[in-house]
Amino acid sequence: MSVAQQSPSILVKNSGSLTRRFSWTRAREQVIRLVLFLCGALSLLTTAGIIAVLFNEAIYSFSGTAFFQTVSITDFLFDTVWAPQHPDKPRFGILPLLCGTFVIAGLGGIIGLPIGLASAIYLSEYAKPKMRRIVKPVLEILAGIPTVVYGYFALVFVTPYLLRPIFQTWLGISVDIFNAMSAGIVVGVMIIPTVCSLSEDALRAVPRGLREAGYALGSTKFDVSLKVVVPAALSGILASFLLAIARAIGETMAVTIAAGQQPRLTLNPFRGMETMTAYIVNISLGDTEAGSMEYKSLYAVALSLFVITLSMNVLAQWVLKRFREVYE
Amino acid sequence: MTIMQSFSELMHQRQQRETVKRSRLVETETEVSKLDVNNLNFFYGEKQALFDVSMTVPERSVTAFIGPSGCGKSTFLRTLNRMNDIIEGTRLTGKVTLEGQDIYAPEVDVVALRKRVGMVFQKSTPFPKSIFDNVAYGPKIAGQRNQKELQGIVEQSLKRAALWDEVKDRMQDSALALSGGQQQRLCIARALATNPDVLLMDEPASALDPASTARIEDLIFELKQNYTIVIVTHNMQQAARISDWTAFFFQGYLIEKDRTQKLFTTPKKKQTEDYITGRFG
Repeated sequence: MSVAQQSPSILVKNSGSLTRRFSWTRAREQVIRLVLFLCGALSLLTTAGIIAVLFNEAIYSFSGTAFFQTVSITDFLFDTVWAPQHPDKPRFGILPLLCGTFVIAGLGGIIGLPIGLASAIYLSEYAKPKMRRIVKPVLEILAGIPTVVYGYFALVFVTPYLLRPIFQTWLGISVDIFNAMSAGIVVGVMIIPTVCSLSEDALRAVPRGLREAGYALGSTKFDVSLKVVVPAALSGILASFLLAIARAIGETMAVTIAAGQQPRLTLNPFRGMETMTAYIVNISLGDTEAGSMEYKSLYAVALSLFVITLSMNVLAQWVLKRFREVYE
Repeated sequence: MTIMQSFSELMHQRQQRETVKRSRLVETETEVSKLDVNNLNFFYGEKQALFDVSMTVPERSVTAFIGPSGCGKSTFLRTLNRMNDIIEGTRLTGKVTLEGQDIYAPEVDVVALRKRVGMVFQKSTPFPKSIFDNVAYGPKIAGQRNQKELQGIVEQSLKRAALWDEVKDRMQDSALALSGGQQQRLCIARALATNPDVLLMDEPASALDPASTARIEDLIFELKQNYTIVIVTHNMQQAARISDWTAFFFQGYLIEKDRTQKLFTTPKKKQTEDYITGRFG
């Protein structure tokens, strides 16, 4: 058998017209392109749809009256009482909900951010590869626990076995069964994996040369970690903080269960509080009549929440871009 | 003109320069040794990178390591301030002494060692901080808090690194805004600020343009009055221009070490001659 007979096509040069003709290959390409585009567009459309609904129910309604067409935005932002279900005089001051949200997110941040960063430094600078192989998956498990479990944990463990013995029995500070502190603690634990994982990426991205330069100047490992690597990775670390806080603000189930549902304007973390997310759960689970003020208030709160978390995310992006160090 | 002749030419130019630059006596054969290395073997995991290397590094002189890529010259340099310690899975046998003290002895504080044996890397590695904070880093971690003292140290170090005049008006600017050559001189200033007596340089000019390279070489020339300098270089002309002693490494072995002039003009080993005449590497 001869080679020439087996593969004559190689010997024949490609010739023929260059004019486009229908081909199945090209048609398939077009279909794939369309499907991929639709998938991408879907998330965009969903976001746009959500914004449209929020706008329609809260700011300006095309079919009825929106929330802010009834309640003035000044009352909404500055009134100190949130009592949407009051039979005679409902009041819609979002401050108590904002307060609950920020007290809990703040407590969560105070607990979660330093621990998350410290564990990131440990993983990136100190841990042996073997240790990292064990710790990383465990942290991911922490991230995978359903938040409702965290809430329950706060209610049946943190409050009765941790907070009450320490603060109530020992220090004499009364601790409500539903309280912001227990919610803050579990939210803090919840954001550790976010902070740790993102910060660790930022720390590991710091070039090895910078570390070596640090060591060569007579630094201890701690000096190198804290004075060379962390400052060099600052933008990534700040971004991870902002994303974690955004997550803490948006957190719903755990805080609804742990902090309760009394909108209360206080900074005492041992009282029950209601967050914006908890209010939304509360109302959407109840038998609220569609079109009522209560129902519309849901959208006003959701809109506020959306604005807050969105600006946190935008801020995080900005920080990442603005403070990114160029090493090359 | 043969390569040997060109090296002779270089040597000649250098000697002239040396006598012009400073009125130091012609070096005598008996020099005080700063670093002594005895029978050093070095391993990356299972792979042996250095085989039975012994040499002395004389005080207040420039010793250059030359050799093809992967010959172990950088690895050897890094054993002199124990930088290899931070790489996982490395080990070594043999002895390295700094002024008679075994630097691998268990009681040695690596941090203190690295303050005495400073290092400058191939790629300039300014920290993403201000120019001032870069140079002040070493003294600061060593516990120097006095702002006036720090300013003095920073100024002096920058002057020694021949960078002061270029940066004195913008000490608070980011070090990353400096040019490549300036960044490398900043790294030298930063290393000088910890007040070392030995300065290790790992191809400090290989990423720089000719003008910046010349400045660094001049600087090395100045620095050897006060420091013991060990430099790794790819560039044989550079070694010939700046060093007093040259060591040729090949495949993990120290093939030959001699006065630079001798090594480049009358090498004892065939491999050395082949390398410096460009027959390989």
